Amino acid sequence: MALALLIGTRKGAWILRPDATRETWTASEPHHFGCTVHHAVLDPRDRKTLLAAVRTGHLGPSVFRSTDQGETWVEASQPPAFPKVEDEAEGKKKKAVHHTFWLTPGHTSRPGHWYAGTSPFGLFESEDSGATWTPVEGWNESSFMGEKALGDGTPDGAKLHSILVDPRDPQHLYLGLSIGGSFESKDGGASWTPLNGGVAITYMPPGDYEFGHDPHCMVYHPLDPDRLYQQNHCGVYRIQRPETTWTRIGDNLPQEIGDIGFPIVVHPREVDTAWVWPMDGTDVWPRTSPGGKPAAYRTKDGGETWERQDQGLPETGWFSVKRQCMSADAQDPLGLYVGTSSGEVFASADEGASWRSIARHLPHIYSVTVADFA
Amino acid sequence: MIVRLPGLLDTYTGGQREHEVEGETVADALAALDERFPGIRFRLIDEHERVRTHIRIFVGPDSIEDLATAVPKGQEVFVIGALSGG
Repeated sequence: MALALLIGTRKGAWILRPDATRETWTASEPHHFGCTVHHAVLDPRDRKTLLAAVRTGHLGPSVFRSTDQGETWVEASQPPAFPKVEDEAEGKKKKAVHHTFWLTPGHTSRPGHWYAGTSPFGLFESEDSGATWTPVEGWNESSFMGEKALGDGTPDGAKLHSILVDPRDPQHLYLGLSIGGSFESKDGGASWTPLNGGVAITYMPPGDYEFGHDPHCMVYHPLDPDRLYQQNHCGVYRIQRPETTWTRIGDNLPQEIGDIGFPIVVHPREVDTAWVWPMDGTDVWPRTSPGGKPAAYRTKDGGETWERQDQGLPETGWFSVKRQCMSADAQDPLGLYVGTSSGEVFASADEGASWRSIARHLPHIYSVTVADFA
Repeated sequence: MIVRLPGLLDTYTGGQREHEVEGETVADALAALDERFPGIRFRLIDEHERVRTHIRIFVGPDSIEDLATAVPKGQEVFVIGALSGG
């Protein structure tokens, strides 16, 4: 086993490798230096294929893959791209991929199959480990894509993220849109149904909305894929499928902290254990930790109660933690990792009980993923 | 024809910025470059055959958007990339 952290930043990617105790981590030289790396993900099926979503200044976006732990990279010969539109007068817009935001390895029964989510909203798939990508027309051509409720989203553009593949059924998928909501497909992406019941939508006039919500990050639990957790723009939620109504478990966080944030992470061996990283969602939304006091919050009972975990974190810090910037390894005890907008990586080798800085002075961090290289 | 590329494409070209290619149009030049340096075209031209925002292509002194633009004998193609941002 060769544990590593893949750090995507605004100006390149770094690979952090630990010693045997996970106490000391060593950073690689930068990969794709100067380019924005939105997401870097290792294929857990072969533990060898590493994909990176790369954007370079004003150049077009691409996806690169490596099979030697980043020693060498090969660019996709056909990166994610929307079909060419000859004439907008026929009703179709000339939508161009600005960047690939999210990468998800496919089902174990389909080696080499991957999904990618882009900005503007687009879902793409690859059958050849990221060498060529094709649109998932069931999503990209769906009627939802013409809906005004699916907005341009974040200041950095619309994001299609949280592409989830049910480990029991490759046809069963979920995805999240910022802004647009959570959606489910039971036919491999051919058709989609909104899944936003019970989710607040405070930035719209009062009413019941089928979609238009803003999930920031959605995950399922690997031991019970019917258990989903969601950190939304408007709170923290849990759902037990086939229920269609989310329960706001963030209401149980301390009122002075609130339940706004970007990431959410589950414990791979405990269905009721999850972590969030609350941020300041008041006033003009600074998105830093409430009061400038960084902390994770953990629940061990499915969100009924939460405990603060801040030992070893800076007493005061004014950084943000984005949706792809918190992750967990599968070791015992579990390791947790958080990357900040100020270019620092904090790690906990004891399930959040204590934290320490393992890398600093990196560029603005966009993603932190755990890799277990073969 | 001669095509001159900006430094931000050095990772594709190994740092070589002047390239002689065969063809009669800008599209020909880009196709030849992409054959030589796979992937380079998509970094400059989007899926709808538009020159990407903040990229400019000149034929001689003229900025062009239509890739079918002819390149007269003796003229060079210049690809310019902005380096805005921080």
